[in-house]
Amino acid sequence: MSVVTRTSLALLMAGAALTAPAAAQQRTLVFNTDASDPAPKAAFDQLVADFEAANPDVKVTINTFDHEGYKTAIRNFLTADAPDLANWYAGNRMAPFVEAGQFEDISDIWASENMSETLKSAEASMTIDGKQWGVPYTYYQWGIYYNKSLFAEHGVEVPTTWEQFIAACAKFKAAEIDCTTTGTSQLWPGAGWFDYMNLRTNGYDFHMALTNGEIPWTDDRVRATFTEWAKLIEPGYLTANHAALDWQDAMPLLVQGKAATYLMGNFIVAPLKEAGMTDETLGFFPFPEITPGVPRAEDAPTDTVHIPIGAKNKEDARKFLAFMASAEAQTKINAILLQLPVNNQSEVVADPFLQQGFEMLSTASALAQFFDRDAPPEMAKAGMEGFQEFMVKPENVDRILERLETARARIYN
Amino acid sequence: MAPRTDAPRRSWWRQNQQRVAPWLFLAPGILMFTVYVLWPIVDSLWLSFFDWDGLGTREWVGTANYAELFDDDAFYTSLKNNVIWLVLYMLAPPAGLAIAIFLNQNVTGIRIYKSLFFFPFVISQVVVGLMFSWFYAPNFGLFYNLIEWLTGTGVAVLADERFVTYGIIVAGLWPQIAYCMILYLTGLNNIAPEQVEAARLDGARGWRMLWHVILPQLRPATFIAVVVTVIGALRSFDLVSIMTNGGPYGTSRVLSFYMYEQALSEYGYRMGYGAAIAAVLFAIMMIFISGFIWKMVRDEREGY
Repeated sequence: MSVVTRTSLALLMAGAALTAPAAAQQRTLVFNTDASDPAPKAAFDQLVADFEAANPDVKVTINTFDHEGYKTAIRNFLTADAPDLANWYAGNRMAPFVEAGQFEDISDIWASENMSETLKSAEASMTIDGKQWGVPYTYYQWGIYYNKSLFAEHGVEVPTTWEQFIAACAKFKAAEIDCTTTGTSQLWPGAGWFDYMNLRTNGYDFHMALTNGEIPWTDDRVRATFTEWAKLIEPGYLTANHAALDWQDAMPLLVQGKAATYLMGNFIVAPLKEAGMTDETLGFFPFPEITPGVPRAEDAPTDTVHIPIGAKNKEDARKFLAFMASAEAQTKINAILLQLPVNNQSEVVADPFLQQGFEMLSTASALAQFFDRDAPPEMAKAGMEGFQEFMVKPENVDRILERLETARARIYN
Repeated sequence: MAPRTDAPRRSWWRQNQQRVAPWLFLAPGILMFTVYVLWPIVDSLWLSFFDWDGLGTREWVGTANYAELFDDDAFYTSLKNNVIWLVLYMLAPPAGLAIAIFLNQNVTGIRIYKSLFFFPFVISQVVVGLMFSWFYAPNFGLFYNLIEWLTGTGVAVLADERFVTYGIIVAGLWPQIAYCMILYLTGLNNIAPEQVEAARLDGARGWRMLWHVILPQLRPATFIAVVVTVIGALRSFDLVSIMTNGGPYGTSRVLSFYMYEQALSEYGYRMGYGAAIAAVLFAIMMIFISGFIWKMVRDEREGY
């Protein structure tokens, strides 16, 4: 009995040994993504199909995670069972992983593929300690989306300065329309407001120094930002109860003409159009000027792909990133995503909002990522909570700024 | 394979069988309990003395996490909310008892009514949370519109720091009352009819009947109802997470949610600080748990 078993086992093992080299010729890449929404999912499927067509010996397996769940899942899979490629975000948002040695240094392909030229606008946000840690594939603009019909009905021109914007708000308020709407229950939409208030009041360099912890939150210049911001909040020009609303919950207000404007990222266009708005009723304008003479900087969050340090097939992963950085690949996926390609040789899809956004970003003096990507995570959380409180109770401003200053002292020390 | 003779070992087994057997039966349980309960507790407590982001190296900080905790406004907000939860959750056992007594009658279709009342406990807490968020939602929520119709201005309960915790507790009480009701309904089934009959002959009725005859017989049900309610109040995490995410600006946090936020949420990853919060929550729970255990042991000795 046992002899038979042993022989068959030996045969099996020999068989396995024989077949192993054959299997190894078909190499595999595991790619974990947070592309759970239809458009990003389609974009990555397209990207992978094109890559496989160009490299028939590599098979890419995509693991799609829920967009929100991914943010916690990545910490587990990077250490426990690393894929060969993983989605993430640029700026300070990737710093914890870089510092913990979880992302692979890919400066070599940045050099060999000339990415410093083609992906120039994102190079700074991909660089830590003089090395590059990932490849950006898409970004999008932030700005003010508005209901054109309401503007026409109430005789409001698109404002270019903060005074004009506030004056327009007074008109809308008189007509019992929310001048601007948002939903801050997930906190980050409020950070968009702070970014723009601070970028327009104090400029890009100050904003970056603040998010890097080099300037106290109790600084007079920060107070000036909040004083300007209060001009919007104190008279009630912002949707009441925004703290109970998700950003999607606030969209119907814009669609139904109960709110005139919405400060948001370009990803809001798709759902607004689904809800019935068209290029005739939905418009876009850059955030108005506050302090005259401050060079215009914009929020333009960049999404990226990285190679985990524990990846099994780093060679093909590098090939994949190089492919993804190419002008053609970025043109193709961003046409599906309806976002902007980072590669400056790529073409921007013929969509009025993207064309306008592209124009706005390419003439901007500098691009910020977003508050929660520019500031370290803990500061981002404390800050966004403070912004939400300020947007509900502007009179608490002193207490909020002191709390943020305490947090800064602890977080950056 | 012929069985080997192993006389000394067999006789050791025979000698010590009585002493060893209980431990053998307990072994799987002890092993599981140690691996999945005791070890994690000790490890969490140990972790609370470190600064660790879950990826890099752990750094020993001594009691710094606790020092920071006792100087943290958010911690006191969470603690205060936990106390409010505990106090208001204690409404669940009496409310459950009232409904149970109301439903404890023989009418056609009483089973349907009973199951309808029990329904909120069957559906998931997440669904309860979502339903109540819509109920409170500004502009289209039923409650919001009702208040607007009554007073002229709507109140967005979940965006108002004055009401938000109470709003969530009401959502939590709904299934908790159903749970207590079912405990009391089974308790009422076991009431000795002779005692009720005897009491009736002695002229007891109404409150006196309830207080002196029914309630003493419901003591086991009351005990369980209070225990599950206390635990339910202290571990209130899901509703806070679903309905408000701790907001607006952190005013509806409870300790368990704050721990999750600090240790595991998107902007958290302060494992040590989260562990310190967990240690405090554990200490609070231990007060109740040891009280319950002490009572159970005493009851068992007295032979209830």
